[in-house]
Amino acid sequence: MNWADLNLMPALPELFMSVAILVILMLDAFISDAKRGLHYGLALLTLAGCAVLQVQTYSAVPVHTFSGMFVSDALSSLVKLAMYGSTAMVLVYSRQYIADRGLLRGEFFSLALFALLGMNIMVSASHFLSLYMGLELLSLSLYSLIALQRDEVKATEAAMKYFVLGALASGLLLYGISMIYGATGTLDLALVAKAIKLHTANDMLLVFGLVFIVAGLCFKLGTVPFHMWVPDVYQGSATAVTLMVGAAPKLAAFVFVLRILVQGMEAMVADWQAMLALVAVLSMAIGNITAIAQTNIKRMLAYSTISHMGFLLLGLLAGTPDGYAAALFYSLIYVLMSMVSFGILLGLSRAGFECETLDDLKGLNSRNSWYALLMLLTMFSMAGVPPLAGFYAKFAVIKAIVDIHLYWLAIIAVMMSLIGAFYYLRVVKNIYFDEAQDTSAIVMRADMKLVLSINAVALLVLGMLPERVIELCIQAMKQSLTVI
Amino acid sequence: MSMTTVIFYILSAILLFAAIRVVTAKNPVHAVLYLVLAFFTSSGHWLLLQSEFLAITLVLVYVGAVMVLFLFVVMMLDINVEKLREGFWRNLPVAATVGLIMAFEMVLILTNPHTGLADYKAGAALAADASNVKVLGRQLYTTYLLPFELAAVVLLVAMVAAIGLTQRSRKDTKVVDAADQVKVRSQDRVRIVKMQAEKNVEAADTAESGEQQA
Repeated sequence: MNWADLNLMPALPELFMSVAILVILMLDAFISDAKRGLHYGLALLTLAGCAVLQVQTYSAVPVHTFSGMFVSDALSSLVKLAMYGSTAMVLVYSRQYIADRGLLRGEFFSLALFALLGMNIMVSASHFLSLYMGLELLSLSLYSLIALQRDEVKATEAAMKYFVLGALASGLLLYGISMIYGATGTLDLALVAKAIKLHTANDMLLVFGLVFIVAGLCFKLGTVPFHMWVPDVYQGSATAVTLMVGAAPKLAAFVFVLRILVQGMEAMVADWQAMLALVAVLSMAIGNITAIAQTNIKRMLAYSTISHMGFLLLGLLAGTPDGYAAALFYSLIYVLMSMVSFGILLGLSRAGFECETLDDLKGLNSRNSWYALLMLLTMFSMAGVPPLAGFYAKFAVIKAIVDIHLYWLAIIAVMMSLIGAFYYLRVVKNIYFDEAQDTSAIVMRADMKLVLSINAVALLVLGMLPERVIELCIQAMKQSLTVI
Repeated sequence: MSMTTVIFYILSAILLFAAIRVVTAKNPVHAVLYLVLAFFTSSGHWLLLQSEFLAITLVLVYVGAVMVLFLFVVMMLDINVEKLREGFWRNLPVAATVGLIMAFEMVLILTNPHTGLADYKAGAALAADASNVKVLGRQLYTTYLLPFELAAVVLLVAMVAAIGLTQRSRKDTKVVDAADQVKVRSQDRVRIVKMQAEKNVEAADTAESGEQQA
């Protein structure tokens, strides 16, 4: 490679983001604690700038750069735009919450943007090395974001657990990747795919490597049997950080899995399909059944996440372009849903009070009927009640499974979503039919109120008119997956 | 068997022994010392592969800097290993069974005739004046530019996190800001309150509330 060959245009949003992070870091040293709102504004501006550059540099044909380690294609552009949007929303929702808890510091914003940079790299990687570097950048930023609240014993414990288990999973993943490298002699996903297809690689080593890679990936997605970190991390972290861990990283992790399993190892679909089917069934079952027993709503939502990731895997393991598109749609909708639910929890919390048990939601309707309605929409959407987006997302992945004649899996999925409906409806019952224990007024910043409302109403609109978005997902998958 | 192969096997035997001792040593300080041995031995492996730069870096960075630091930390922490090992014998039967089954399964797969070393050819020998550093540098700054830069970002995150987690302005500190001390004016410290020499109860109340408002 020559310097003149280096095409930086496809990575322009990432470069802009890196420079912006450095500016924010520098400013942090010079401004007083009272003016931390400046960082908030700058972070939002950075996200807006990235989104504009993303649209500007969009190309329907995949463009490779950095010696084929970085790719900009329709899939990465779509997912990156969604991640900018969700990160911006997370910041808007967290503004008051972090200010009340002394977390409104420069590090919060720079680490959040570093995490986003890592996710961008994961989404755009076409080489095992860049995939792994992106993953580590994301993970390290998230560990430290959780630990930032260091006077809280629970947050420190959560960060420690996440860190130790995350390091273990990274080790598993690397071990698997090293076997793939040993078998194929390359780390480039396209070349790995070619070697597997042509059977020039040692099959036994490949399967061994695949097992370790799937284990590592399942950990990052938070699926059974590698799910034990999820509830503790969700419950232990400050709600704003929980939201950050639970929203955009799930999208990035999904594309990460897609890049490795589909772009790199599609020829081994029969092998990973069986593994993912087992993981999906276990995740849906354990996630949904354990969620029923929870009294802490953050913990309940964590188990619900596990079950949602199980559903997402259904679309992925179908092994068809429609299935991948359905899984992408599911992850987009999941991010929207988790943001409203945690957003409401953030809004109900105030200085000195943490809204985190099911009892805290009791009688929300009598305190503020609009927020009650937003929560109702989200819970119905998560449960998969028809006019809402969650229903269509579940429908799409189950259809993908039915299309490849895995009926038993589809039946289990439907049964599990019925079981799941119980605890989502219990939240609705608490909100509408129970007496409020805490009758203090709910104060929310106007911008947060607006964004939260749009976010929740989007679930309703996308549920009634999903065609546009699902068409976008199918297009992205077609354009990105055919040219490898 | 050539000399290189003999050295390879000797080094590997020492490496495996050291690695096993790292996890089985009772005393954490001994474990760290065995880890140093393991690093040192694997740098011998690099040398066998004619990568002298990597071998020296491994010794300088890992043995010289990282492990010495590690040793300091381990010596300062008073770790009671016996307490950590309490459950060892109780859990041993289950752990041993699981381990044996896993080892058996791996042996079944790996004894497959297709996973032999014959599939992997040795690399060509390098010329006597081949420069490791040059090749590495060129690779890092061209082909592997992106991961290299990302590694730098990861280190920056580590730095930001380390500072963010450890630095704090203590509220109970008694440190006085000299600049503030110099700039202080008499009005900031002394307040002259005008009041009647003699007052009745009502007047005192209003004066007091007035004072509070002020």
